Amino acid sequence: MSFRERAMVPEPEFESYYGRPILKQPTWKTPDVPLYLFLGGLAGASAVLAEGAALTGRPALEKVARLAAAGGAAGGTVALVHDLGRPERFLNMLRVIKPTSPLSVGSFILAPFGALAGAAAASQVTGVLPRLGRLAGAGAAALGPPLATYTAALVANTAVPAWHEAHRELPFVFAGSGAQAAGGLAMMLVPTDQAGPARRMALGGAAVEILAAEGILKKGLVAEPYDQGRPGKLMKVARFATAAAAAATVVGGRSRVLSALAGATYLTASLATRFGVFEAGLESARDPKYVVVPQKERLARKQTGGAAAHTAG
Amino acid sequence: MSTPVESSLWGRLDDPAADAGYADHPKRKGFFTDTSVCIGCKACEVACKEWNQVPDDGFLLTGMSYDNSQQLGASTWRHVAFVEKPIDVPAPVDLGMPTIGSEDQGAVSGDAGVRWLMSSDVCKHCTHAACLDVCPTGALFRTEFGTVVVQPDVCNGCGYCVPACPYGVIDLRKEDGRAFKCTLCYDRLKDDQTPACAQACPTESIQFGDLDELHERADRRLAELHEKGVDVARLYGRDPEDGVGGDGAFFLLLDEPEVYGLPPDPVVTTRDIGSIWKHVGAAAGALVAVGVASFLGRRR
Repeated sequence: MSFRERAMVPEPEFESYYGRPILKQPTWKTPDVPLYLFLGGLAGASAVLAEGAALTGRPALEKVARLAAAGGAAGGTVALVHDLGRPERFLNMLRVIKPTSPLSVGSFILAPFGALAGAAAASQVTGVLPRLGRLAGAGAAALGPPLATYTAALVANTAVPAWHEAHRELPFVFAGSGAQAAGGLAMMLVPTDQAGPARRMALGGAAVEILAAEGILKKGLVAEPYDQGRPGKLMKVARFATAAAAAATVVGGRSRVLSALAGATYLTASLATRFGVFEAGLESARDPKYVVVPQKERLARKQTGGAAAHTAG
Repeated sequence: MSTPVESSLWGRLDDPAADAGYADHPKRKGFFTDTSVCIGCKACEVACKEWNQVPDDGFLLTGMSYDNSQQLGASTWRHVAFVEKPIDVPAPVDLGMPTIGSEDQGAVSGDAGVRWLMSSDVCKHCTHAACLDVCPTGALFRTEFGTVVVQPDVCNGCGYCVPACPYGVIDLRKEDGRAFKCTLCYDRLKDDQTPACAQACPTESIQFGDLDELHERADRRLAELHEKGVDVARLYGRDPEDGVGGDGAFFLLLDEPEVYGLPPDPVVTTRDIGSIWKHVGAAAGALVAVGVASFLGRRR
């Protein structure tokens, strides 16, 4: 049907071995890993929100955010362990620490974050050891932003073109997506008179995410999986939901109903972003053209341009 | 100037075993697979399976060629690729000689315009191995021979090595949960033995030895082929300055790498790890800024 959307870039010609993939399909399971990306972002940004709420005297916001931080970390840990081929060996993650492995670094962020956020939430709910609880909460808030963003390094530090070539933008996409999720959840569950910071956090996150995601879409062939098929649809849902939630926040942030609806929409957008990014990577590994065509172009540049072709890290 | 830390991640590195901390170690071992003499017998695949007790990888007939093992994987550590490519053969000039029968045999069989390429693929044992770099448990390690091996008693099946490999070599074994790949017969090397595949290869397409010597041998073979007019011959994974610092297992190919299912210009992902962490740090900072800004201003 010629009325359907037309490809802006002509299909590149390239050779392959019977059209088979060059890269292995990531073995990370759906929904475990994209769900973990979402929960890590939610938990990390919620820890920041909780500490701000504690400092500025917003108990209802503090409680929701502390529980979100602890719950997100616990749920994320379960998803991560469940994803392992040998779950009973999950403690091997803490056997060594390697800066070249974001999963190793991330384990050393997630483990203390989970413990601290859990302690802060337990103290908040039970009222036991309030000062230690606050201290634990402050520790979780310090580890929260790295927890929300290291997952971008996790996917970017692979040979998968759609992930690797987006390694400058993905951390900002994930930071914005985490802020949206944390702000959105608090908007749903906290009375509007205390939810002002949650609204502003979600709005700020939305702006950061949209800008960073736009940067990825400009990358031509390697970014194609973010724009086509199922991941393309998920990314479109994310963009639309983010914009709609942001508009609802600005217009009706102080209406309880509208605020809750906007919050739920932010959460939907954050989930869609994580699943979209994850599935774009799977698609990118499946089709050899995403490996062959850019690498051939790089080789051609090297041959013509000599040493100048080495791209800066 | 590159510092030692940088050279561990990227660029030329002549002694990966020393870089990994072996003070005293044997010379780097490797494979030179000369595909110009490969006959596609798959003795390497069988010998590897037998020696390493690798389970079956499915009894599938692909129908696309004589290649039924299809790709390297957790249970396929040597994989023989069969490339059938149509080529233009100039029509024979009719010399007016008497013939038997009416048609050219080649034309009848349909084989006249097809070129066959066979190549035994294997783990490249990269100088800068992404699988090893990203492994969070330390299950993947550099041996004293400069090769890259998984320790099955440590691997917890996180699967990070799988999308990290730029060649698509390593994979998780589903029924087992852990990652497996070629060990370059680590057990045999320790006993001064040749790896099973090289031992079984009847044409010496798979050559095993000290990597520096294999480089020399490959260069000689390439020059010889070029002299004979085989201009398409090229070495793949030989260059110690390439994106993975050169391969421990390298190849002589007769076509573009992608025709054999190999990436044309692989780069170890951890070359960019500095940039990746820098951007993660900046994004974490941005999240802090968004958080702080959310609590500033109006109090409601």
